[in-house]
Amino acid sequence: MTIEIKAPTLPESVPDGTIATWYKKVGDAVTRDELLVDIETDKVVIEVVSPTDGVLQEIMKKSGDTIVSNEAIGSVQEGGASQGKVESAPAATSAPVASNNDGAEAANIISPAARKLMEENSIAPGAIAGSGKDGRVTKEDVVNYLERPATASAPAPAAASKPNPQLSAAEGRIEERVPMSRLRAKVAERLLQASQSTAMLTTFNEVNMQAVMTIRNRYKAEFEKAHDGIRLGFMSFFVRACIEALKRYPAVNASIDGSDIIYHGYQDIGVAVSSPRGLVVPVLRNADNMGLATIEKEIRDFGEKARDGKLAIEEMTGGTFTISNGGVFGSLLSTPILNPPQTAILGMHKIQDRPMAVDGEVRILPMMYLALSYDHRMIDGKEAVQFLVTVKELLEDPTRLILEI
Amino acid sequence: MATQYDVVVIGSGPAGYVAAIRCAQLGFKTACIEKWLNKDSKTVYGGTCLNVGCIPSKALLDSSHKFVEAQHHFEVHGIKTGKVAIDVPAMVARKDKVVTQLTGGVKSLFAANKVDGIAGTGKLVAKDRVVVTDHTGNQQELTATHVIIAAGSVPIEIPPTPIDQQTIVDSTGALDFQEVPKRLGVIGAGVIGLELGSVWARLGAEVTVLEALDDFLPMVDRQIAKEALKILTKQGLNIKLGARVTGSKLTKGSKPSVTVEYTDKDGEQKATFDKLIVAVGRRPFTKDLLADEVGIELDARGFIKVNEKCATNIPNVYAVGDVVRGPMLAHKGMEEGVMVAERLAGKKTQVNYDLVPSVIYTHPEVAWVGKNEEQLKADGVTYNVGVFPFVASGRALAANDADGMVKLLTDTKSDRILGCHIIGASAADLLQQIVIAMEFSASAEDIGLTMFSHPSLSEAVHEAALAANGHAVHIGNKKQRH
Repeated sequence: MTIEIKAPTLPESVPDGTIATWYKKVGDAVTRDELLVDIETDKVVIEVVSPTDGVLQEIMKKSGDTIVSNEAIGSVQEGGASQGKVESAPAATSAPVASNNDGAEAANIISPAARKLMEENSIAPGAIAGSGKDGRVTKEDVVNYLERPATASAPAPAAASKPNPQLSAAEGRIEERVPMSRLRAKVAERLLQASQSTAMLTTFNEVNMQAVMTIRNRYKAEFEKAHDGIRLGFMSFFVRACIEALKRYPAVNASIDGSDIIYHGYQDIGVAVSSPRGLVVPVLRNADNMGLATIEKEIRDFGEKARDGKLAIEEMTGGTFTISNGGVFGSLLSTPILNPPQTAILGMHKIQDRPMAVDGEVRILPMMYLALSYDHRMIDGKEAVQFLVTVKELLEDPTRLILEI
Repeated sequence: MATQYDVVVIGSGPAGYVAAIRCAQLGFKTACIEKWLNKDSKTVYGGTCLNVGCIPSKALLDSSHKFVEAQHHFEVHGIKTGKVAIDVPAMVARKDKVVTQLTGGVKSLFAANKVDGIAGTGKLVAKDRVVVTDHTGNQQELTATHVIIAAGSVPIEIPPTPIDQQTIVDSTGALDFQEVPKRLGVIGAGVIGLELGSVWARLGAEVTVLEALDDFLPMVDRQIAKEALKILTKQGLNIKLGARVTGSKLTKGSKPSVTVEYTDKDGEQKATFDKLIVAVGRRPFTKDLLADEVGIELDARGFIKVNEKCATNIPNVYAVGDVVRGPMLAHKGMEEGVMVAERLAGKKTQVNYDLVPSVIYTHPEVAWVGKNEEQLKADGVTYNVGVFPFVASGRALAANDADGMVKLLTDTKSDRILGCHIIGASAADLLQQIVIAMEFSASAEDIGLTMFSHPSLSEAVHEAALAANGHAVHIGNKKQRH
């Protein structure tokens, strides 16, 4: 029997997604739980697997097509030694069924006017939940569907078309035109929004990382052994230092919501991570409750998930403060962009030996530039500077973290 | 020794007999108690509807309509008759025959479904016990796991005009006149008053209808009500609105009459009639029905209080039909009877109270379902209107019966059909198509995309649906202004 493949239920904040890649073509044999297709949304890539063993019978939504929550995107003809659960008949997702039957057996019945309207608007059958008797799709259902609020951010028009690069050779010079991926388009939009709607500036400082490096060298092995192979990196120190400083300067931990300022009584630290698809910022929730080992583990897990495209949307929403580490790529100094609605972001950079003046002498010290970009509407220059100085002091003398001074 | 039943139904009117039959079909051991005795003092089933309501009135309406057709509307077809006369006793006898056929039909259905019909007056003495007192005074007790009360309703009497069933009659008496009254007064211009007034007006009576309200048929869409008033007045019904009856005086003798005193906007008035029909409404009948100890709750107007599943406040006791809230219509009672029976069997049947159709069986008929314009305006709904007059219908013109129109109301945004109001020949049957469509949440466009036979009266429904969306073909289209 034919089983429909449906797009997963998208979270409330995500109105629709795009079919990214089909890994199987019509006629291919598939097994239960085998990856069939990737669906890209503004925040994550979602994998859709086969519900059963069989053959991929139909692809209703091609690469580049827009889909909505629970929309039918294809079907699998059940076959082979499949003990897979049969997907139940598509039930109305939200609409009440005012009839004597509890089932939604008529869910594929579409009234004449509804059918006409759907065809006129290129809506695939099965895309709309029916609110009529036994789940029938009424004209009203289609009218409401067509009027549903447009996506919060309209991706660049090019994103909807096929992401196939087009090579054009004009006058012997080859150009490759690639539409922006949805994720990139979204990132681009947010960045633009950040710089246009905030009064952003950056304040700098520098940190002597010797103390931290000494601790790392001394306790690296023991740490790994005690904490199940988790490596003691720099990020955990950065995060803990920031948490401490954020407690002392709550404005840096706050968010702007319209004309209100929200002071958060907790620290959710976003850690900017580079993934093959672009920049993503998973969030360490209630980071204050996390020890160095936990922080390192979480960050490592985030990195893996980002690489595999498996970050969940819940893992990336929220956040009261963000840390970005450009140093891993070799950046010496930069001005990070804010991550709205947060009001500040800390950029860490490459640790580089530099000659520094210490007690009248020149010493070579492992120095790192710190850059704090902040929203001046929220945070005064003095606060920003002092916050950064605090971070510097905590990193240069980690004992202060224990003593909370 | 009490006889045990799964279900005992009190009353065999449409709500009761349908409930009883459905219960029996679902496997319940069922009894149905009926106290009605016909003119021959025999127990007959069918209650008010079959005996003195829906059926006899329709029989007389059809007979009298044919008389009018023969008298006034044959000539245009080229049919020549002499003077057309009416034999009232024969007409009434035919009506009785129809009634007998149908009440006998219910008896057969009871037998076929193994429902025990029990003659007598039923009284609920405990939540699981009914005592039946027959017409000789003997009593028997029935125990029941479930009881369904379908005791129905009776005509309302008003103090100024006490019923004597001779000169001052209620609807029951009005169905048995043995001659056409010269002057007929009707108190109440509701459905029953208009139907009974029509019967005798067609046969030659001078009919005056006294209606206390200032509005004619307030529950009907205004445009349709206005059309109905115009047509009925043209047919000879003298309808006086805002006329409140304050008293009456009977004059006995060889030619009895009654003089009715009423007040209208011009002051106190008097009118004398040979017969007076009191048709001011009906009230639920619960006399000798419920022992106080059982504790069945009634509402302020005397109806048995029930929830949307027709359950009373006492577990396992249900009530359906005219004895409970809602429009006092036989089909509403029937569907409630079915609902209770099926729910007893574990099904999840519901009654859709939003789509109860109503009909006035005058000619032309008036029928409506759903919301009217006034209700939609009050609810703040923006709506479209589609109207198609029968004068533009080929079938209606061919039949020489083109009074009236079909009016469809739809939601402006979703095109969903919200109400339908029809005045015209076969309005009840035409309306039913839309009742079905509304049950399926149809839009006017759905009706528009459906093929209708030509030439048929139903096409008017199709065209009204097209008109609602501004593209009727067989009439000009008006701009929507709602």
